[in-house]
Amino acid sequence: MADPTGSTTSTAPTSHDDAPVILRAQNLTKHYPIKGGVLRRTVGHVRALEDVSFDLRAGETLGVVGESGCGKSTLGRMLMRLEEPTGGRLEFDGVDLYSLGRREMRRKRRDIQIVFQDPYTSLNPRKTVADLIGEPFDVHPDAVPRAGRRRRVQELMELVGLSPEHINRYPHQFSGGQRQRIGIARGIALNPKILVCDEPVSALDVSVQAQVINVMERLQRELGLAYVFIAHDLSVVRHIADRVAVMYLGRIVELGTEDEIYERPTHPYTRALLSAVPVPDPLARGTRQEIKLQGDVPSPANPPSGCRFHTRCWLARDVCSTDEPQLVERNDGRGEHRSACHFTEESVSGRTTP
Amino acid sequence: MTTSMDSRADRPRPGETDRLLEVKDLHVEFHSREGVAHAINGVDLHLDRGETLAVLGESGSGKSVTAQAIMGILDMPPAVIPRGQILFQGRDLLTMKPRERRAVRGAEIAMIFQDALSSLNPVFPVGWQIAEMFRQHRGLNRSDAKAQAIRLMELVNIPAAKERVNAYPHQFSGGMRQRIMIAMAVALDPKVLIADEPTTALDVTVQAQVMDLLKELQAQFHMGLILITHDLGVVADIADRINVMYGGSIMESADVRDLYAHPGHPYTQGLLDSIPRLDMKGQELYAIKGLPPSLMRMPSGCPFHPRCAHAQDVCRSEFPPRVELGPRHESACHFAQEVVRG
Repeated sequence: MADPTGSTTSTAPTSHDDAPVILRAQNLTKHYPIKGGVLRRTVGHVRALEDVSFDLRAGETLGVVGESGCGKSTLGRMLMRLEEPTGGRLEFDGVDLYSLGRREMRRKRRDIQIVFQDPYTSLNPRKTVADLIGEPFDVHPDAVPRAGRRRRVQELMELVGLSPEHINRYPHQFSGGQRQRIGIARGIALNPKILVCDEPVSALDVSVQAQVINVMERLQRELGLAYVFIAHDLSVVRHIADRVAVMYLGRIVELGTEDEIYERPTHPYTRALLSAVPVPDPLARGTRQEIKLQGDVPSPANPPSGCRFHTRCWLARDVCSTDEPQLVERNDGRGEHRSACHFTEESVSGRTTP
Repeated sequence: MTTSMDSRADRPRPGETDRLLEVKDLHVEFHSREGVAHAINGVDLHLDRGETLAVLGESGSGKSVTAQAIMGILDMPPAVIPRGQILFQGRDLLTMKPRERRAVRGAEIAMIFQDALSSLNPVFPVGWQIAEMFRQHRGLNRSDAKAQAIRLMELVNIPAAKERVNAYPHQFSGGMRQRIMIAMAVALDPKVLIADEPTTALDVTVQAQVMDLLKELQAQFHMGLILITHDLGVVADIADRINVMYGGSIMESADVRDLYAHPGHPYTQGLLDSIPRLDMKGQELYAIKGLPPSLMRMPSGCPFHPRCAHAQDVCRSEFPPRVELGPRHESACHFAQEVVRG
């Protein structure tokens, strides 16, 4: 594996169009059984993820946004194969990860690592930073020779902006932001190609959040990492992502570049989601066009028929409750902007707000 | 229906002033074996009828402790209030008899919390829990209290309130539960409503609905609203005035437009600058260096000085005085004038 410090250091953060696809998800589906009754029989399924497909290119950041129950965290765990799929393929390096045996999977997992949301519960309180960041080396002893591990952990600490002298400290001696840096250092310890980040900054205060985002962006430039950045905070995702997938009840409803999603959204849900975000500018009060959705997100155990958004959509007609719209390309640019709506044209024209 | 709620909603009665609440030089400490945590160090704030005051701060800033002290729900001990006054319509809540204080709590000053699921009792129907307010405080009988509960559930837009009055908290979604909490809070027509991070646990589309409901109810009942939050977006949307807290002190206080346009404290400036903005795409975010202070080991002088780019010797030794920067605009910074000029 390439030396992390000396490899790809592109300073232009934008276009990854020419970069090779390193991860291809095809029709990923995950249903969790619901057990009920005395015999614990399966009485139904939570449809957490349904037919999710996308490509991830080397060095890019794919943002995944959506509300609770939309399947974004399940997706993150599926990319690590922490969950077995109900259906679909996940192609990495030309092989389907779900077809691999345990040992081969363990070897591949070196290239795909994950950072979790909660820096307070994802670190074992009884282990020192040296143990925590060095833990991946126990699983992959060939990654770094035993004698060089401590040195390597200190390098990693420096990389994420922690003081290497604190190597013998315990997690409770660090603040939330520092703990998340420990989580990130552990995530990059094996020089992965892909880092899946599940709400990495959601638990942090605003002033500390900016520090951690800056660290993540620097690491991406220096190490050429690809990020799958799962978050509910739309402004953070806009800042960090090259492309964005918007999810609703287990499906991707819109996928496009950051600009396409935020400036030219075509799906009514994307528009509603964006307009619901409070703008930190009191002068914008009352001036922006707000789309107020009614009700809550329906239960993924019993998703609505047809288009899953139709129960809350102001454009919905009969066809929406019977036919599932496909994720199709929108003709507004390079042809990679896709959304799943029967009435995209009306939605885009902007005249039809509730 | 002529309950107190409808009759008193509009204007102050004779003899009542607009000033509902005045907190003066409030100090709160938490005593433990490890030492004394100075959670609040001399907070002054005030609230008028119909006004929305946002208390903005990060974790450990003292914003929630301030709210709990006003509401009178701090656990004492470990909490100690060595100094200060909390005047509600001129009467000091801190020197009241427990009985009088109980009559104020819930009926005159009500509060809603971040986590509606753990604030509701899971083993009683929601309607019963709302009705309890009327049985306890107003002495209504069961059927009248239940009718009031249904009216309140309709007021906060719970669909099919009549049918759902006997449902349990787990049968409602997160947004609905927060609406039920709001219904309980406004049940007795309080003059002051304190909302502690009311939408933090909710999804963004639901958050918008709940904030709208709060705004509506506040206007309808002419309540004073204290919104405790860390979200600069929510504040910009709803507040009239903002108090920015840091390390247990109010760093800056201003009308909302003034604060966003001309922040007069380096901490406020830093917060506003660290929001990801469109025109900053691809650039490093501004980040306030360092970490918030430990309440056990508060820095000397200005609590923000270890993280402040403007810090001089005086900041390390002396707590800054409040500098008036304009009408209703104060900043606790030795260099407030320079900061506000940019």
